[in-house]
Amino acid sequence: MAVNVSIPTILRTHTGGQKSVEADGSTVAEVINDLDSRHTGLKDRLVKEGALHRFVNVYVNDEDVRFVGGLEASVSDGDSLTILPAVAGGMR
Amino acid sequence: MARYDSLLDTLGDTPLVGLPRLSPSSDVRLWAKLEDRNPTGSVKDRPALAMIEAAEKEGTLTQGCTILEPTSGNTGISLAMAASLKGYGLVCVMPENTSEERRQILQAYGARIVSSPAEGGSNQAVTVAKQLAEQNPDWVMLYQYGNSANAEAHYRGTGPEILKDLPNVTHFVAGLGTTGTLVGVGRYLHERKPGTQIVASEPRYGELVYGLRNLDEGFVPELYDADVLNRRFSVGSYDALRRTRQLLEGEGIFAGVSTGAVLHAALTVGERAVAAGESAEIVFLVADAGWKYLSTGAYGGTLDEAAQQLDGQLWA
Repeated sequence: MAVNVSIPTILRTHTGGQKSVEADGSTVAEVINDLDSRHTGLKDRLVKEGALHRFVNVYVNDEDVRFVGGLEASVSDGDSLTILPAVAGGMR
Repeated sequence: MARYDSLLDTLGDTPLVGLPRLSPSSDVRLWAKLEDRNPTGSVKDRPALAMIEAAEKEGTLTQGCTILEPTSGNTGISLAMAASLKGYGLVCVMPENTSEERRQILQAYGARIVSSPAEGGSNQAVTVAKQLAEQNPDWVMLYQYGNSANAEAHYRGTGPEILKDLPNVTHFVAGLGTTGTLVGVGRYLHERKPGTQIVASEPRYGELVYGLRNLDEGFVPELYDADVLNRRFSVGSYDALRRTRQLLEGEGIFAGVSTGAVLHAALTVGERAVAAGESAEIVFLVADAGWKYLSTGAYGGTLDEAAQQLDGQLWA
């Protein structure tokens, strides 16, 4: 199952500078594990003590996974997964 | 009654407008809460005035004081209006990649602008403002990201207005910035109408804005309460622009770009309701009108060109 993963600038040291990479998995956790097997060290940047890092947001097709199962949120073939650092955003 | 003793008294009681052309079906209807009808043309008049009044009550804000605030524009404009009427000075810390109109309005109101670097976006403005506050102990930072009066303004105003106008509301969708709107309205609706879905639409900017040096520089506003939200979407500039134009062409509402992102999330939950065979009454918040974004090219040219032009700018 191929998922397209967008990597933020701050984590591209792990992907040799690539903006987007492919990964397999049927849940967010599986996709992150697969990413880590291909790009060493990535998982430690994203996951702390079994949950997503406080300042990391992960979206499957633009939806924040924290509200749809977190690391166990399901991912389907052809989905896009976007990783972004948390920044304040919005009408201020 | 359309007579008021002061501009500040015209705050709130904004129209809730049905969108018959954009609604996904006759059972899944969209309603726009027009916050551009507030005194300075944005939803931010509500928290700005609430924060000032709370600080006056506490005695931290007194005649002749200078207010300091990190803002990407609208809160600054609201504070500038209120500060000029009440006799306070204002210093706004603003990322340099915000629209020209916002800077000009702030300056016209007499505010002083301190620019923070574009890379790092709004959270760098927060960092710079906190440093300035330390250097200038006589300045008063209201700090919209952590000031409970911000969410309170929506708990007391925006939320009750929505429920009064649309007792059968099923979803509330708004932009996620300081998180005050969603947290305040969300808490009110969860209390008064349990089961209402609170949906966040977060702007997804170009890469420049996420230029942190490390992940721990990330920022989650102190007001943020994930328990109030049911879903959260991240919407990029292309979809935000597409929906902003759709709202203008389809329903005649000339909204700012962030509203396009909010409409995108509202339509997403609406389409899911249609697919599930459910009925829905979806309220989404129009934070401001389009006037302050004309210079960004958002309303002309092809969508691709306009989205490219917006890349690297803060459009919400």
